[in-house]
Amino acid sequence: MFHVRGVLQGRRVLSERKTITKNSVFRQEFPIKGGDFSRAGEVSWAIKNLLKELGLSTPVALHAAIATYEAELNIIMYAWEGRLVLSVSPGRVQVVVEDSGPGIEDIELAMTEGYSTATLEMRELGFGAGMGLANIKKNTDIFLITSEVGRGTRLEFTFLTNGQRP
Amino acid sequence: MLTLKGMITELDGELLTPGMNLEAECAKFFASDLMSDVLAFIKPGSILLTGLVNSHVVRTARLVEVTAIVIVQGKRPDRKVIDEARENRVPIITTGCSMFEACSRVAGSSPKGKR
Repeated sequence: MFHVRGVLQGRRVLSERKTITKNSVFRQEFPIKGGDFSRAGEVSWAIKNLLKELGLSTPVALHAAIATYEAELNIIMYAWEGRLVLSVSPGRVQVVVEDSGPGIEDIELAMTEGYSTATLEMRELGFGAGMGLANIKKNTDIFLITSEVGRGTRLEFTFLTNGQRP
Repeated sequence: MLTLKGMITELDGELLTPGMNLEAECAKFFASDLMSDVLAFIKPGSILLTGLVNSHVVRTARLVEVTAIVIVQGKRPDRKVIDEARENRVPIITTGCSMFEACSRVAGSSPKGKR
């Protein structure tokens, strides 16, 4: 399990609890190891609980949990290692996911629902149906993807929280 | 209204995670062995019917706020998976029904249930 080791950068912290004030940003980094299926879901579960603790609405926490779960699984399934950085500020939740891995040759194709290069092992676990990237995009307000073959992939996605103060 | 308790009866099922709230309402259902599809299409509060028994089913279910997992074909997850479900308050029910039979019985007892 991940313990909360976030960094609060802002004017002031109201209490010992994780609280974000106006103009402040909560930031936390999660390392993810490629190939480690036994820990799949830990990062996204921690993020979901963290966002709820920060006072975000259940739908935002749910969308963020689903998108980060897909991203976490992609690193586990396809990359050697990676990291996910969560930043929460008033009005937005931003996630940056970077991995060292084979990269994606044809991003448009990889974004197509149903297209997958998953192995049999991944499919036997119930994953690798080719929904991951498309599902991340579906659950987020802003989605950016860049990739370099032989080096890795970078995702950046944002949830707008409609001015709601986290 | 179909409750978890009623659904267990309908499916001749067995609750593998004691101590759960069996009065929870079962109004939405999703049947799949693909956790990718569960992540993409399920609605929170659904009953998940599946033939998969690994720990990823529980982790996916808790993430998308599934009300209960129904495992078909009489399969039983191992103790570790059941313990993980208990810790996360996700009820697991096993039934000897096939996926088709389980869906058919549930649909019959909850005609207005959303799929």
